[in-house]
Amino acid sequence: MSEPQLKRHTINAWMEDKPGVLNRVAGLFRRRNFNIESLAVGHSETPGISRMTFVAYGTDRDMRQVTTQLDKLINVTHIEDVTHLPAVKRELALIKVKANNQTRAEVMQLVDIYRASIVDVDMESLIIQIVGKEDQVDSLIKLLQSFGIEEMVRTGRVAMVRGLQEREMGGTDTAVPTHQNGHH
Amino acid sequence: MSEMKTGGQIIWESLMHEGVEVVFGLPGGAILPTYDDLAKYEYPIHHVLVTHEQGASHMADGYARATGKVGVCIATSGPGATNLITGLATAYMDSTPIVAITGQVPTSLLGRDGFQEADVQGVSLPVTKHNYLITDIKDLPDAIKEAFYIARTGRPGPVLVDVCKDVQQASMPFKYPETVNLPGYNPNINAPEEAAVSRAARLINEAKKPVIVAGQGVSIAKAEAELRQLAEKANIPVATSLLGIGTFPATHPLSISWGGMHGEAYCNYALQECDVLFAIGARLDDRLTGAFDTFAPNAKIIHVDLDPAEMGKNITIDTPVIGDALLTLRNLLPQIEPNEHPTWLEQIAEWKADTSDRDILAQETDELIAPYVMRALWHSTGEGNATVVSDVGQHQMWEAQYYHHTKRRSLLTSGGLGTMGYALPAAIGAQMGLPDEEIWVVAGDGGFQMTMIELSTVVQEKLPIKIAIINNGYLGMVRQWQDVFYNKRHAGTPLFNPDFVKIAEAYGIPARAVTSKEEAAEAIKEAQAYDGPFLLDFQVEEFTNVYPMVTPGKSNADMIRRPNSMTPQGE
Ligand SMILES: Cc1ncc(C[n+]2csc(CCOP(=O)(O)OP(=O)(O)O)c2C)c(N)n1
Repeated sequence: MSEPQLKRHTINAWMEDKPGVLNRVAGLFRRRNFNIESLAVGHSETPGISRMTFVAYGTDRDMRQVTTQLDKLINVTHIEDVTHLPAVKRELALIKVKANNQTRAEVMQLVDIYRASIVDVDMESLIIQIVGKEDQVDSLIKLLQSFGIEEMVRTGRVAMVRGLQEREMGGTDTAVPTHQNGHH
Repeated sequence: MSEMKTGGQIIWESLMHEGVEVVFGLPGGAILPTYDDLAKYEYPIHHVLVTHEQGASHMADGYARATGKVGVCIATSGPGATNLITGLATAYMDSTPIVAITGQVPTSLLGRDGFQEADVQGVSLPVTKHNYLITDIKDLPDAIKEAFYIARTGRPGPVLVDVCKDVQQASMPFKYPETVNLPGYNPNINAPEEAAVSRAARLINEAKKPVIVAGQGVSIAKAEAELRQLAEKANIPVATSLLGIGTFPATHPLSISWGGMHGEAYCNYALQECDVLFAIGARLDDRLTGAFDTFAPNAKIIHVDLDPAEMGKNITIDTPVIGDALLTLRNLLPQIEPNEHPTWLEQIAEWKADTSDRDILAQETDELIAPYVMRALWHSTGEGNATVVSDVGQHQMWEAQYYHHTKRRSLLTSGGLGTMGYALPAAIGAQMGLPDEEIWVVAGDGGFQMTMIELSTVVQEKLPIKIAIINNGYLGMVRQWQDVFYNKRHAGTPLFNPDFVKIAEAYGIPARAVTSKEEAAEAIKEAQAYDGPFLLDFQVEEFTNVYPMVTPGKSNADMIRRPNSMTPQGE
């Protein structure tokens, strides 16, 4: 048997914005022993529906388990593995780096090169915001380390498929007769 | 105009709308308003008071498995609700539809660690199909409607509704909802894709050595007749999973019993040697398959299940067929060509003859051994006419080997979670649902003691349940593992037992100890003849072990067989 190939997968999930839904998703990841590298969640274009992007590491078979198990959560309305789709994948990072009169110019030059921006300036430090692919973010962070990184936060990847597409919600919106205490 | 109703009234009225006739529960402070409304309504639904809430969840489970309806249990907050958890986990693993209703502290006290608060939504999350915490009465009717819908549709499972005490006391105009709005729920109760079905048909038609593995999904979909048509049309031998027992008559010439860790050897050989394996409504867990990558190595595997997450979860499959078992079989049958498979069936018959030769009952012994009791029970109950509720352990395996089930849903057992203590309360639930059925509990002396306190419920409800304790003085199945894998060091497995006959008598239940083979059949008759519950304490030979046995993590092909001459075991 050939070795199953381990890959980094980017998966989008849409879910009803109900109390505890994040707990359900996180609990499932833990219980099924799924390895999640990052997870970002926020509102989608539809009121009441949140959208999550997560990055998981594993084989294609692992990912089929992740997506099918996740899809079984009652509050999850749709899942899409965008790993093999043409998609824009981005992450945002805020990096507080030490910068004084001597080093500030040099830091600003790096910021320019990376098309990052400075969102706060202090006598002793700067906060840099970068939006990009993870490897760009990684590489800027690496360069900034020599100046001294005081604090940093990364959102984790978010992803969106290019072009227009149909998304089907595989749910139920049905009239269910009463007196149905039996098999469907 | 809808009438004003309290939360408690809404709960009971909703249950009535769902056709619920019986609930199993035990009250406490946080659920008292709801209990009070039951009294005010003059008990429109029969409430079975249990001794321990674990019993309530197993009773709801037994009721559900026996009848196919949703079982309902009810408990108070904190310890009441946590006591339900074992039963919910049992039901979750075996896909049993249950709705559990629990009281919760008032919304004003949520999160403050007040008296009897437990995060029941959090605790039950991984062992329920879905759950709700209701903090506003306006969400209550939808939650109950959805709970029943989710519990019984698709792959069934337990759903818990945790209701804050003040919600039970609040009022609102009530009308039971007619629809559910669940945009994220797809129960997959439709027919599978045509292409998948034709591919399955082609594989089955071309097979030289096909085998069917039928699981509980067949019985949930009520597809037993169609399963039989498929087997008979193409002469395909049928194995079942443990939970699939009863989906195909064990006495049918095409039955090859059930497979796996303690399945019959000829069945395991057939599973290992087949070239096409048609698994339907069975989740192919490790107890059935042995080491995953060694299972049915030469077979193209067709897997029919309505849960897409089961596809390839454990076993690499060739043809996934996602859909309802009944609709799948109906669509498949016309595409199946009649077939004989004489060479294959002959091969299986040979394996079967060898299995019979090694059968423990074919070996001479004067001692009362558990397989003998199971066979006697089978004869005495019209060769498979009773419903048996077995507990967990050696006796459970012997029951499955020697009681040849011929009726659908006639074996209730905790297969997935393997919950000792399941049998007695589950039998109570089953008998509540099927008052005219002959129901036998088959339990070990260890597991029986875990929930035997529910004997009071048996008497309270005047249930004619017959109980067979297979008393070997040990936690037998664990002792067996110690015999085989731990050099016979019996740490923590010898039991100190009470006198079970006296225990029964303390509850007013007639009972009798059985110590010899000669008495067995007659004792069973005495129990059957008695109009009410009866307990038999079968004091069996202590050291008999269950064979065949597959070492966990090993291939089914390497099972440890029973010797084919009279060799003392467990010495
Ligand atoms: C609640 C629970 N605890 C522990 C176990 C582990 N276990 C599996 S079988 C078994 C022994 C059962 O002994 P007994 O009920 O006497 O039945 P026997 O095997 O002797 O037939 C045990 C302890 C279990 N399955 N369930």
